[in-house]
Amino acid sequence: MTIGLEQYLTVAAMLFVIGIFGIFLNRKNIIVILMSIELVLLAVNINMVAFSTHLGDLVGQVFTLFILTVAAAEAAIGLAILVVFYRNRGAIDVEDANVMKG
Amino acid sequence: MLSNDIYVILPELVIVGVAIAALMFGVYSRREQGGNVLTFMALFFVGMGFWVAYRPPVGDTAFDGMFINDGFARFAKVAILWSGAAVLLLARPYLTRLKLLKYEFPVLVALATVGMMMMVSAGDMIALYMGLELQSLALYVIAAFNRDSLKSSEAGLKYFVLGALSSGLLLYGASLVYGFAGTTGFAGISQVITDNGMSMGILFGLVFMAAGIAFKVSAAPFHMWTPDVYEGSPTPVTAFFASAPKVAAMVMLTRLLYDAFGDAMHDWRQLLAILSLASMFIGAVAAIGQTNIKRLMAYSSIGHMGFALMGLAAGNQMGVQYMLIYMSIYVTTNIGVFAFILNMERDGQPVTDIKALGQLSKIQPGRALALAVLMFSLAGIPPLVGFFAKFYVLSAAVDAGLTWLAVAGVIASVIGAFYYLRIVYLMYFGEDADTLNGRMPMLHMAFLGVSAAIMVLGIVNMFGIEGMAASAAASLLN
Repeated sequence: MTIGLEQYLTVAAMLFVIGIFGIFLNRKNIIVILMSIELVLLAVNINMVAFSTHLGDLVGQVFTLFILTVAAAEAAIGLAILVVFYRNRGAIDVEDANVMKG
Repeated sequence: MLSNDIYVILPELVIVGVAIAALMFGVYSRREQGGNVLTFMALFFVGMGFWVAYRPPVGDTAFDGMFINDGFARFAKVAILWSGAAVLLLARPYLTRLKLLKYEFPVLVALATVGMMMMVSAGDMIALYMGLELQSLALYVIAAFNRDSLKSSEAGLKYFVLGALSSGLLLYGASLVYGFAGTTGFAGISQVITDNGMSMGILFGLVFMAAGIAFKVSAAPFHMWTPDVYEGSPTPVTAFFASAPKVAAMVMLTRLLYDAFGDAMHDWRQLLAILSLASMFIGAVAAIGQTNIKRLMAYSSIGHMGFALMGLAAGNQMGVQYMLIYMSIYVTTNIGVFAFILNMERDGQPVTDIKALGQLSKIQPGRALALAVLMFSLAGIPPLVGFFAKFYVLSAAVDAGLTWLAVAGVIASVIGAFYYLRIVYLMYFGEDADTLNGRMPMLHMAFLGVSAAIMVLGIVNMFGIEGMAASAAASLLN
């Protein structure tokens, strides 16, 4: 079987869904949420590169590079905020982020 | 022409340059320069607003349509810059009191502002994403700006997680649109939809992108971060969240829908109508049980975004015009309300419980009256300006055949009036509370008074904003 666009899109869609579920179903650790966010962004990157090769158009790969850069910046800021939160709370469990309730 | 492109984006470049220079100045100066940098940045924003508004037009697009600086974008940019300036000026006394007046704050606000200016000018999904992220990353940090406060860091964390999720949704949608349309430019996408119709992939992409942006404008059902973030962030930051980023995200959504998906109007009008309906009702109903005024303002902003989305759901030029008017009035009112909230304190401690407003009219009649006017205006009670804002979007919805949505909007605004009027009730007829005894700086008094005066005097001619919004909307659609 040749591996074409559909296979890549399926993998990306699965990763995307795993990432979203990781954010919502995860009840343990906020670091896991950060990892899930990375997973979502990487799923998008797979999508972009697959489409880019399929279309023979480089814009998708340029977009991917931008996403990678921003994801790195985002992870840095997320971890920084997490450190600040840990200093105040002394824990990074998801259940501990509950001072305010909506 | 590169030089022409540079000239078109010159205001953004100047702000980036000034922000970096201010950062370097703050790093290398011996004393803490927060106050000076902040005041300078606010005045600089005011000046930039005038420059953006009045500089001679030099062609609307730059970088092959990636950056669009039409009248629509300029209208939004002026609103963003001036509301940013107002929030910075309001922030200074509060930050001084909490010992938070650091030079990073104005720098981050400036960078967020550049991001917003990029968002409203984006003519391509890459530009849109970069602008959105520049804005969001700066906002995550200032939400957690009071880093010794648990609430503030929790607000930052929640905002970060849900903001990153929404960026992920938006990007996934962008990747689908790119894959099925073959281009990231709005003009190109629009061309593909005109030629080949709306394919399933593009429709999915549109839905994901709309969901991602709905997070940013805090439209229900993507609103759950709003109350927590509004409550936890330092109050000046909350004031900022409730003004400029909302305008930017709304305008960005408008441009995306009209420029890229203009021929798929049937598909997204229903989507927006549902978002609008849900936001109006959640904003009205969920606020009833709240006693924290910052949470209340959060639900209020959710409800108001519902009304602004109603203008968009109308899907015509009038709808866009009324959305712009609605957003301008909303931001003006909010700045006045936050000038009040920033000074709710007892013995130097900030107070956010609305019960503390009991019998405020006895001790501070001027402040109480101004807040009452603003609350009436937010509730949409005639003859204040807030009524006309609502009336316009409702009439646009009726003209576009969305009568059911307009009727629902009227019902939601009646329900919502309850909690706005409750604040007025507490101030005039409520039980005696431990009095708020903060002294209000002259500047805040001026903001509160002017904002309230605009709500009353604006009914004469709306200060000409109707004409400006009309030409802005026309420049988007033609």
